Amino acid sequence: MGAQLRVYKRRIRSVTATKKITKAMEMIAASRVVKAQRKVAASAPYATELTRAVSAVGTGSNTKHPLTTEAETATRAAVLLLTSDRGLAGAFNSNAIKAAEQLTARLEAEGKEVDTYIVGRRGLAHYKFREREVAESWSGFTDEPTYADAKKVAGPLIEAIEKDTAEGGVDELHIVFTEFVSMMTQTALGDRLLPLSLDEVAKTETSAATAAGAPKGEILPLYDFEPSAEDVLDALLPRYVESRVYNALLQSAASKHAATRRAMKSATDNAGELIETLSRLANAARQAEITQEISEIVGGSAALADATAGSDR
Amino acid sequence: MAAELHVALVAADREVWSGEATLVVARTTSGDIGVMPGHQPLLGVLESGPVTIRTSDGGTVVAAVHGGFISFADNKLSLLAEIAELSDEIDVQRVERELERAKAEGDAAAERRADVRLRAAASR
Repeated sequence: MGAQLRVYKRRIRSVTATKKITKAMEMIAASRVVKAQRKVAASAPYATELTRAVSAVGTGSNTKHPLTTEAETATRAAVLLLTSDRGLAGAFNSNAIKAAEQLTARLEAEGKEVDTYIVGRRGLAHYKFREREVAESWSGFTDEPTYADAKKVAGPLIEAIEKDTAEGGVDELHIVFTEFVSMMTQTALGDRLLPLSLDEVAKTETSAATAAGAPKGEILPLYDFEPSAEDVLDALLPRYVESRVYNALLQSAASKHAATRRAMKSATDNAGELIETLSRLANAARQAEITQEISEIVGGSAALADATAGSDR
Repeated sequence: MAAELHVALVAADREVWSGEATLVVARTTSGDIGVMPGHQPLLGVLESGPVTIRTSDGGTVVAAVHGGFISFADNKLSLLAEIAELSDEIDVQRVERELERAKAEGDAAAERRADVRLRAAASR
């Protein structure tokens, strides 16, 4: 076998092995997307009811709670960035990081100091490499987040928002995560969690309600609060943050798996194309080799025939 | 007045139970509260404790709920809890072991949780 042909054969073997791996990863990711999607759906009733309750308290009472009223001059903000622990997911992590950086830049332009909280090794590595300060970070659960993980993440954030700004607390809480729109579309977006703008709560609530088949623009009844509106709100808001963080973690996980699936699918497709091109080249090389051998034989025998014809004379 | 109310018991990661009921008893921070159809709109904070739901077909559903909220409006009652378990999902032996351990370690919160579970399991 010629050297050229051997090189092609070797490359085809190596690309085939890679293709097998990416194909397997694609299928694993595809099955995980479905699971993650199911978890997002399972967490929806709780989130919907909680949002409903928050907007009920917010609109049904005149209580001024630090978490629902905007500070007149917000000076510090917290940004929670959700990334994944592992790469191989196309632009998933860089999109989320980019969105977080844009949000941070905007907040800083407004004259706010920004504390960054990060979930996922990828995001943390990005910030560490650039030697930027990270207030707190978590990792190890981004593939399959549980409610306990969400609580772990939400805890310090709630603590920070309840503290005075002078003592290192924050006025605002933003979250950057990748929304799972569909199997093909996932968008990184920044959302303000606190202080609550009740219009927004009402908006998400109506969209959730319309999804559930309830009439739009429903007027909330006047509630009795047990024990009191303040106490209910006090208890409600941390749960609200936790549930939003949980939902964001789940969506981010689903998006990550979808992105991995897509990235691995195009890797598999590319490998297939590469194998095809390489086999064509290998075939051409083999054919060239055969042609050369034939012409060598023909040439050789012709020379021999000439030689014998000459000696006969 | 409607004779029954729609109940949804939801935990953070799943819907635990939903259906029609005639009476729901839950423990709020200011005491036990019973909700029957036609109750005033209500929003309350729940304590760890058992929740009893009397279903409209005469049965009783008991669940252990650890913190959360009760909200009632338009004959729809939702019980939101971070953790909620139906009494027949509770593994009594395991909870008893947990209770022992919590007592030994002096973990008051875990002890209370285990206690609530046991009480819910006992009343099934």
